Amino acid sequence: MMNQILIAGFGGQGVLFAGKFLANKGLIEDKQVSWLPSYGPEMRGGTANCSVIVGDEPVGSPIVNEPNTLVAMNLPSLKKYENAVVPGGLILVDSSLIAAKVERDDVRVCYVPATELAKNAGFSTLANMILMGKLLKESEDMSFEHTEDALKKVIPARKMNLLDVNLQALKTGYELAE
Amino acid sequence: MSEKVLMKGNEAIAEAAILAGCRHYFGYPITPQTEIAAYMAKKMPKIGGCFLQAESEIAAINMVYGVAGAGKRVMTSSSSPGISLKSEGLSYLAGSDLPALVVNVQRGGPGLGGIQPSQSDYFQATKGGGHGDYKMIVLAPSSVQEMASLTVKGFDLADKYRMTAMILADGTTGQMMEPVNLSEVEVQHYEKPWAVTGTKMERPHNIVNSLFLEPEELEKNNFARFERYKQIEENEVMVEEYLMDDAELCVVAFGIAARVSKNAINEARKKGIKVGLIRPITLWPFPKKTLLAAAEHVKQFISVELNMGQMVEDIELATRCKRPVTLCNRTGGMIPSPAQVLAAIEEADKGGQA
Amino acid sequence: MVVFEKPKSLCDVPLHYCPGCTHGIIHRLVAEAIDELGIEGKTIGVAPVGCAVMAYNYFNCDMVEAAHGRAPAVATGIKRADPENIVFSYQGDGDLASIGTAETVHAATRNENITVIFVNNAIYGMTGGQMAPTTLPGQVTQTSPYGRDVNHCGYPVKISEMLSQLEGPEYIERVAVNNVKNIRAAKKAIKKAFQNQVEGKGFSLIEVISSCPTNWGLSPEKALQWLEENMIPYYPLGVYKDRTAQKEAEAK
Repeated sequence: MMNQILIAGFGGQGVLFAGKFLANKGLIEDKQVSWLPSYGPEMRGGTANCSVIVGDEPVGSPIVNEPNTLVAMNLPSLKKYENAVVPGGLILVDSSLIAAKVERDDVRVCYVPATELAKNAGFSTLANMILMGKLLKESEDMSFEHTEDALKKVIPARKMNLLDVNLQALKTGYELAE
Repeated sequence: MSEKVLMKGNEAIAEAAILAGCRHYFGYPITPQTEIAAYMAKKMPKIGGCFLQAESEIAAINMVYGVAGAGKRVMTSSSSPGISLKSEGLSYLAGSDLPALVVNVQRGGPGLGGIQPSQSDYFQATKGGGHGDYKMIVLAPSSVQEMASLTVKGFDLADKYRMTAMILADGTTGQMMEPVNLSEVEVQHYEKPWAVTGTKMERPHNIVNSLFLEPEELEKNNFARFERYKQIEENEVMVEEYLMDDAELCVVAFGIAARVSKNAINEARKKGIKVGLIRPITLWPFPKKTLLAAAEHVKQFISVELNMGQMVEDIELATRCKRPVTLCNRTGGMIPSPAQVLAAIEEADKGGQA
Repeated sequence: MVVFEKPKSLCDVPLHYCPGCTHGIIHRLVAEAIDELGIEGKTIGVAPVGCAVMAYNYFNCDMVEAAHGRAPAVATGIKRADPENIVFSYQGDGDLASIGTAETVHAATRNENITVIFVNNAIYGMTGGQMAPTTLPGQVTQTSPYGRDVNHCGYPVKISEMLSQLEGPEYIERVAVNNVKNIRAAKKAIKKAFQNQVEGKGFSLIEVISSCPTNWGLSPEKALQWLEENMIPYYPLGVYKDRTAQKEAEAK
């Protein structure tokens, strides 16, 4: 099973960080992984996305052209990638930021008001990790195990005080009602 | 036990260089390879090494020339437009028989081009971008692990043959993260009696030089250098063959293009198409023998590249045009999708030329 | 008793320079400085592209031949490879002040601990007498046949003045080799430039006003006279920067 994940949003939403978390979690679980960011001339703003592949076989192309899982954190990303998702795939939508609905009926969709939930919980920058929590829950080959270890790998040492809130955000997403 | 860590390709190059004993790095910022410089800037001062941001690519390659002349392991890295600027220095390194490692994390061209991944410096790297009769050893990694291992290999080959080894990567392999194991580095040491280290009044002075005004002498040097190149072609070819045993079609691709191609080949195999991959790891020396042998049993070659088909003529030469070679490509920073490669394979399978 | 001999740091080979050229004098001064400081065994010289391109055959220390204009970058590499060694570049005006301006300015601003000998004779000698960055206004050369027109191709580059404006460099002096008195002063300056490096003080550049009888179309004697009458007024001799002296003066 190869889970091909595409996380897309604006720069600054933590798209690349979320992807790194998944890749590190995969590595800890002894899976084959790759992480590939889109890169552009701008340092902030603009669109950002990253391809993460986690699975049992060696990763071929690290570019996710046809995701099993799309995490859309803004409207342009949803519009751009909705049709690329494989039939039967999963789309996670930050419904606080995206009013539109997924038009396809051959994919599973979770609308998560991640930005609002994050804000209410007092960690307004962690909508990305709420979505990751939901992704762990909804992906059949993923679990909540090793999340703390994975976080420790991706949070820079000088920011390790943010470990707990990240964990909390992940839990919030993971424990959301269906 | 060796531990795997997730690393960006560019960072893997930098760390591997340090493990290979490189303590001098000179560079100039350019996307998409700047992580290498940043990594070196952070690490070098802590291990007694030297990171220096040069005033230009030209200055950087000439600083490399200085350290190489002094007999120490040294590297620079850049991306396509910067490599053009360094080409003068590459020619001088060749002319003076100095070992160095040069990394090109390619982006689209010509001109300022773009900053997205590309393989369009294939000709520049394999045919010699600078003036004069010379070659570089050109290594084409297709994974982060290879970014590291080929960097170490590159330093060794450069020292062994007294010439430049180039890592010809692309924006994708530079920017992507994959697990990498860096603990298995075994560094080779080479004596460098020709280096300018000061005579200590114990030997005649050494001269590092590429000027030979007597044509007979220059010719002699060039012949001698190409004798060495012959040995390299004989001994140092690296190539991966994937599902080639029973292949009737052969995809030829390197770097990121080879990875995309593997996905396509796996899909094609599911459809019963007997297709395999030849992945040159050394672009120079080019795996001519492997390709010629494959020409005996495949009916067509498909070159998958992120350029306008620069490798096609090398495949045709290597196979002596025994089989048709078609091109499946994107350029300008675009990357072929597995679906595009699969379509090219299916077309070839039908007997048409994609 | 030997009263005059060839410096040990010069190889015993005939130089290829034209009759009356002052490169020979400058080579000798550099070699004398190396001898007197006893540093030949740890000195590495960098030759330019220009008339002095084959200097690697003339100095007895280890030598590297650099690409045109790149000597300060190459010297930077050699010095960084082993900071204990003494590294000098020997460059002409085309090499240092035209194609290699960036390398020169940046080695200076880094206060790279190297010694630069800059031979300014206001012309490209090796290629046969073309206009140099330091060619004087109105001076006739092969590529300024009607005299250098500053409205068309700009003014000469005054390297010593320019570099002395930088915070970085330790020592900048302009000397000439047209008469005994000036040659003695040049020797002193060159030796100081090496001494500074030995003491770890940093970048020292000595601009040596020099003649080119062949391409100026003058006899050696007339060339020295022309130098004195035309070049020295445009390129005044003297110390342009001496950071140590500056610091000492400030301390008083």
